[in-house]
Amino acid sequence: MKPFVVCEGTAAPILQSNIDTDMIIRIERIAQLSRGELGHWAFETWRYTDNGEHNPDFILNREPFTRACILIAGANFGCGSSREMAVWALEEFGVRCVIAPSFGDIFFSNCIQNGVLPVILSEVQVQQLARQAQSGIAVRVDLQAMLVSCDQLPDMCFTLAEGARQSLLQGRDEIGQTLMYGQNIGDFQARDRQLRPWVYGLE
Amino acid sequence: MASTMLDKIWDAHVVAQLPGDVSLLHVDRHLMHELTGVEALRNVARRNLPVHSAALTFATLDHVTSTRPLARDGDEPWSTRMIQAMRTQTTEHDIRLFDVDDGRKGIVHVIGPELGLTLPGFTVVCGDSHTCTHGAFGALAWGIGSSEVTHVLATQTVRQRRPKTMRINFHGAVSDDITAKDMILHLIGKLGAAAGTGFAVEYAGPAIRALDMEGRMTLCNLSIELGARQGMIAPDDVTFKYIEGREFAPQGAALARAIDAWRKLPSNEGAHFDHEVDIDSTAIRPTVTWGVSPEHATAIDACVPDPDRDCGLDRRDAWRGALDYMRLTPGQPINSIAIDRVFIGSCTNSRLSDLREAAKVLRGRHIAAGRQGWVVPGSLQVKRAAEREGLDRIFVDAGFEWREPGCSMCVGANGDMVAPGQRCVSTSNRNFIGRQGPGALTHLASPAIAAASAVAGYLVAPYMLQERGL
Repeated sequence: MKPFVVCEGTAAPILQSNIDTDMIIRIERIAQLSRGELGHWAFETWRYTDNGEHNPDFILNREPFTRACILIAGANFGCGSSREMAVWALEEFGVRCVIAPSFGDIFFSNCIQNGVLPVILSEVQVQQLARQAQSGIAVRVDLQAMLVSCDQLPDMCFTLAEGARQSLLQGRDEIGQTLMYGQNIGDFQARDRQLRPWVYGLE
Repeated sequence: MASTMLDKIWDAHVVAQLPGDVSLLHVDRHLMHELTGVEALRNVARRNLPVHSAALTFATLDHVTSTRPLARDGDEPWSTRMIQAMRTQTTEHDIRLFDVDDGRKGIVHVIGPELGLTLPGFTVVCGDSHTCTHGAFGALAWGIGSSEVTHVLATQTVRQRRPKTMRINFHGAVSDDITAKDMILHLIGKLGAAAGTGFAVEYAGPAIRALDMEGRMTLCNLSIELGARQGMIAPDDVTFKYIEGREFAPQGAALARAIDAWRKLPSNEGAHFDHEVDIDSTAIRPTVTWGVSPEHATAIDACVPDPDRDCGLDRRDAWRGALDYMRLTPGQPINSIAIDRVFIGSCTNSRLSDLREAAKVLRGRHIAAGRQGWVVPGSLQVKRAAEREGLDRIFVDAGFEWREPGCSMCVGANGDMVAPGQRCVSTSNRNFIGRQGPGALTHLASPAIAAASAVAGYLVAPYMLQERGL
């Protein structure tokens, strides 16, 4: 996994609340395409017209936002389906960080698994940042310092659970880490088999 | 000390405490389906990781399988390939797959409980957000992404931070025509689609205790639409009776021993919840959605709301956009909305009691001219049980198509879609823009309302049929 330390660049405001993962990537794409082929289809309902042309009204089709590496979103971003392909699609489009007042819980975990940083700021801060970003000026997100900054605004600090933060900073492989607890897992199952045999008696 | 049910289940599953408030939790049941399963199984193979506890993982085919009568695989070459890959990979890793010709096949959240795989006190995960359904048994059950699925396959554990706790108390009793679907849509309409974010929700109160297991599953199924990854209901005698005799559940003395343990699961008197919500169950009316989020819910005898009058400034633009997409006008009575088709199915409402509820409305009646109706049972067991009762005849005589089990038109992964601009009354769980197909207009409702709407050709409750001479 690619480590996340700092991301600096264009930030695209998409401020509707409750943007669901179906909207980020449609079911046909996740069923019929592979990882690596999804970026083109991120937000396809908004990004393309019925005849497949770029919809000029959608922000990600306008310069400089075609190169956005940060999204500034409304509350409950990424709610709904657990499809991790929503994060893959954003990442393939070039997004490394999403800033919103709140996130769907499963989407939030999926971001951490893929080196994409979800930043929670207050509604007011998100609105202020979106107003500045609208002009195309760069936004900088620093996970080491836990700060979001851009010209014209005071720095905004955010928090993230330390476990998730370290995973992102180090680009850590969680499976490798967990396998070091192999003995604990074995011990747990041996003990649990006595306490709750009905978990394991599946013949 | 007084503990919540969440705390008890959580503490019983901690394999190790990791840095940064993260617990490594044992997974008792890992459920898989082909849409997210194939990629995860390929991942463990690619990394040369053995599957840690294959006996605790169970796989089914539901998302991309065809629901055409007598179908075996997918409707398209790509879906058939995915299904075949699932067969090969589960065989390779020694994971049990309920294949299309296995009588136990069906939607993952229908068969887990049906087969006795889901039991009280369990941790249940699946690469599917509606895994919260299994919380109906007093299990801690939640949806995970593909990376976490790979992690579970390789380690039989998940890394989790403990969620905050919310108890939602349904006080009083609901009236006779109110179903679990109405209760949960009413709740989401009241609290909003993000109210449960960061929480594990426990549903409590007399109106919850009065629900049968299938109603409890419907209710817990929509927890994720409230924003909560997990929704749960304390197990009781209704739960234990449901479990008895199920294929993978303990039997006899083993069951008695398990029940003794399960009786200790409910939250203790005086346990602290981070947040409590009180709902007056007597105020709940038959409820449907009018917009593009499950929080856009209202009583079926109400009118389409007015964004300029009925919501705060923060929601005004979203409501206007929703009405625009749904082609509705503020103030229009909900029961004057003409519909094109009806879908009865999905992990929310495709169980035997759901089909009975719909069939009760349809007996001796027929779908309105020009409307289409589908019934997609949740599993082969549900389908066969319904056929034994003659429910399939009632549906077919009423003009419905009686199909093979699968997720079908809830999500359209297999190609079962609502056409652009078509308006569908659906017993599923999501009315998101394009969820049932690009440009599809979805109204979420109970099976009874879906059936009544098919007959009327308009979005109506069963009691409105008589008024219309139907």
